[in-house]
Amino acid sequence: MYDIIIIGGGVAGCAAARELSRYKANICLVEKEEDVCAGTSKANSAIAHAGYDAEPGSLMAKLNVQGNQMMDAVAGELDFPFERIGSMVVCIHEEDIYKLEELLERGKKNGVKDLRIVDAKEAHELEPNLTEQVVAALYAPTGGIVCPFGMTIAFAENAAVNGVEFKLNTEVENIQKIDGGYVLTTNQGILETKVVVNAAGVYADRFHNMVSEEKIHITPRRGDYCLLDKTAGNHVSHTIFPLPDQFGKGVLVTPTVHGNLLVGPTAIDIEDKEATATTREGLDFLTGKAGEAVADLPMRQVITSFAGLRAHEDHHEFIIGEVKDAKGFVDVAGIESPGLTSAPAIGVMVADIVSGMMGLAENPDFIGTRRGILNPSELSKEERAKLIEVKPEYGNIICRCEMITEGEILDAIHRPVGARSLDGVKRRTRAGMGRCQAGFCSPRTMEILARELHVSMADITKSGGDSKLIVGTVKDRL
Amino acid sequence: MLNYDLVIVGGGPAGLAAAASARKNGLESIIILERDHELGGILNQCIHNGFGLHTFKEELTGPEYAGRFIDEVADLKIEYKLNTMVMDISENKVVTAMNREDGLFEIQAKAVILAMGCRERPRGALNIPGYRPAGIYSAGTAQRLVNIEGFMPGREVVILGSGDIGLIMARRMTLEGAKVKVVAELMPFSGGLKRNIVQCLDDFGIPLKLSHTVIDIDGKERVKGITLAEVDSTGKPIPGTEEHYDCDTLLLSCGLIPENELSRGIGVDIEPVTNGPVVNESLETSVPGVFACGNVLHVHDLVDFVSEEAAAAGRNAAKYIRNGSKEPETTHETVALCPQGIVRYTVPKTLNVDRMDDEITVRFRVGAVQKNCYVSTYFDDERVMRRRRPVVAPGEMEEVKLKKEQLLKYPDLKQIIFKVEEA
Repeated sequence: MYDIIIIGGGVAGCAAARELSRYKANICLVEKEEDVCAGTSKANSAIAHAGYDAEPGSLMAKLNVQGNQMMDAVAGELDFPFERIGSMVVCIHEEDIYKLEELLERGKKNGVKDLRIVDAKEAHELEPNLTEQVVAALYAPTGGIVCPFGMTIAFAENAAVNGVEFKLNTEVENIQKIDGGYVLTTNQGILETKVVVNAAGVYADRFHNMVSEEKIHITPRRGDYCLLDKTAGNHVSHTIFPLPDQFGKGVLVTPTVHGNLLVGPTAIDIEDKEATATTREGLDFLTGKAGEAVADLPMRQVITSFAGLRAHEDHHEFIIGEVKDAKGFVDVAGIESPGLTSAPAIGVMVADIVSGMMGLAENPDFIGTRRGILNPSELSKEERAKLIEVKPEYGNIICRCEMITEGEILDAIHRPVGARSLDGVKRRTRAGMGRCQAGFCSPRTMEILARELHVSMADITKSGGDSKLIVGTVKDRL
Repeated sequence: MLNYDLVIVGGGPAGLAAAASARKNGLESIIILERDHELGGILNQCIHNGFGLHTFKEELTGPEYAGRFIDEVADLKIEYKLNTMVMDISENKVVTAMNREDGLFEIQAKAVILAMGCRERPRGALNIPGYRPAGIYSAGTAQRLVNIEGFMPGREVVILGSGDIGLIMARRMTLEGAKVKVVAELMPFSGGLKRNIVQCLDDFGIPLKLSHTVIDIDGKERVKGITLAEVDSTGKPIPGTEEHYDCDTLLLSCGLIPENELSRGIGVDIEPVTNGPVVNESLETSVPGVFACGNVLHVHDLVDFVSEEAAAAGRNAAKYIRNGSKEPETTHETVALCPQGIVRYTVPKTLNVDRMDDEITVRFRVGAVQKNCYVSTYFDDERVMRRRRPVVAPGEMEEVKLKKEQLLKYPDLKQIIFKVEEA
């Protein structure tokens, strides 16, 4: 029997795993996909929100501001990309300026630092590509951008190093209360645990409702995004939001930590918790909507589009804590935006709750830091030359758009909770994430995966399951 | 730091022909840097025939065509490095490159020839909605998997885009036992060569649906099917024309993009129509001593023309170095080459008669199909040449040859205009 099973390898589950690994406990994280960071955490705005959106006094507001404040330190300890570039909420109608003032007030109540309203002149000085219509903006210097894969995988790796077991391709089908814990029926067999942490994203209601009479309901709220080439990455230098509406923060335009430009999301409530297909209407809507705040968006530079599902709880609030009528079952539910920002704080909160419940002792061997995958392009020429002398695989470029070497891909495969698929390699190294979208490097990355994992090319997938990349050889049917 | 007179970036058909030509024009110190493990570039995976009809008056496969030039480069004892990625080229022509054996190294060049070729337009750039499953390949990636590695990317195939690689792959996949259900093309005309439509689609009974596009992709893990729809004249899908096809593979052949990230790094001007460098009559970019040829300059239809263009680049680079890396003195004004009407661009974009060879070839593509017409050349307002064409089409490159002796008769010439006129 495990002490703790965490359901869900998204950013909330992995942050909880990392924080819980500070304690002496037998912990397992189960994830239905073949990799961590494969659901909501991989397809979002990649923003560290300042914290002026959430209702003052809400858990969402508290964890948002805490998470934002923790981000520099956590990004340093765990070595993932984070930049505090600042964000702006822009207002294009004089009569709406009061809404900026409301946001400012809310932000102050939530404890957001350095928040202020700037006039049209200063807004355009800060961000020359804002449209002429922009009359004022709320400027939040504490807003930032983060790599969502980088953060989630960093939490996962650090948790694994500190003893958390990761069971991937493991889908929980049923949960039953037993004496002193729970039995989880999965597609990989039965698992028993004293405590369950339910961090299952859009599925968190399903698991909650298996053990509790007080039902919750989560709606997958789909958001379509367009990612633009790095040549468009400097079009804005802050995250630009419109004024929020009833569906959320609206269509933003932001640089990413990797130098691309991201436009999105839409907000469509759907039923199917797996329906991550983009739609033409969604993509067309983005082009029109983003142009209201930012002028001359180079939408011809789109290199890919994708959709993510926000786990929208009916009351638009994070539900974190032990379920009243299910002792030992801890919800981490309704983690929609600003969930990514809040993740470091969510992790700490969950660890506090669970360690308190179980009276866990500290893990004296806890290692609090983790090094990310070495990025040779950040080295000086001399350092890089030296590296290749020792490790020639760093002299072999596999992804020519992002200039990713074989060395980085090998590192991604062989670290804890390593890459097993093309998408796994992509999210860890960016190989295949550039302007040719893996046209050139796919066959080469597949060969490396097959070689290193000792499997055949026919077993290599894009993202696990049935996502096989080839169906056989040309000789099969002779 | 290593020193070479001429560094050629890319060992495909353009780089090879440029190197051979530079050597034959007297240049000793030449090196080709190739990122793949062998010379020949994309030709190595183009195992179909039809190459070399112009150059060798015989029909070769891609590897055979490349082989002729690889042999020539070997006979001429031209140096090359394989598995070598050029990382950066500075404006003063320091080329930074990397491979496993030499690590990171720098070469000071006197002249550089850009011959990096092009890449395929990916699905994302087409903004096709739907899921993002496995089984969506650009046609060239599928070509590599099938022809080089012997793998089948799928068994039931739909192809979007009628570029030449897509047409070739329709035939290739069919010959390997796959069922190619349809080729859809957004435009009302094909982007590929007429001969490929006949030999790769018609001969195998594969339907080509013009003015059609993919509007949805089904299947979360692996492609399960796609939806095609007819598009109106603005490219928008027409409601009610949707057709579903079951398939496990979608191949994309929707255009090629010259790969000019290194060129941009040097600071050369890029022509937005071609996505290639702006060049003069010497195929020299806006940075003196940096030349470009082949598909990095503009996407060609036939490799024969790549070889011809690259030979000119090699010759001009040799001349530049022979001149002490200086531009020759000119007495005439530089003349602009201007595309008009359906002519989309010209390569080169400017011309100075003092610098040109006895004859240069101007190449361009048109933006629409036109039947029974003339390709006309005007020196300012005067039509000086016209050539009858039964048809001009976007899939096929046009060329006009300009002679030095003729140009010298027009000392006050300001611009040369190229247009297609009704016959």
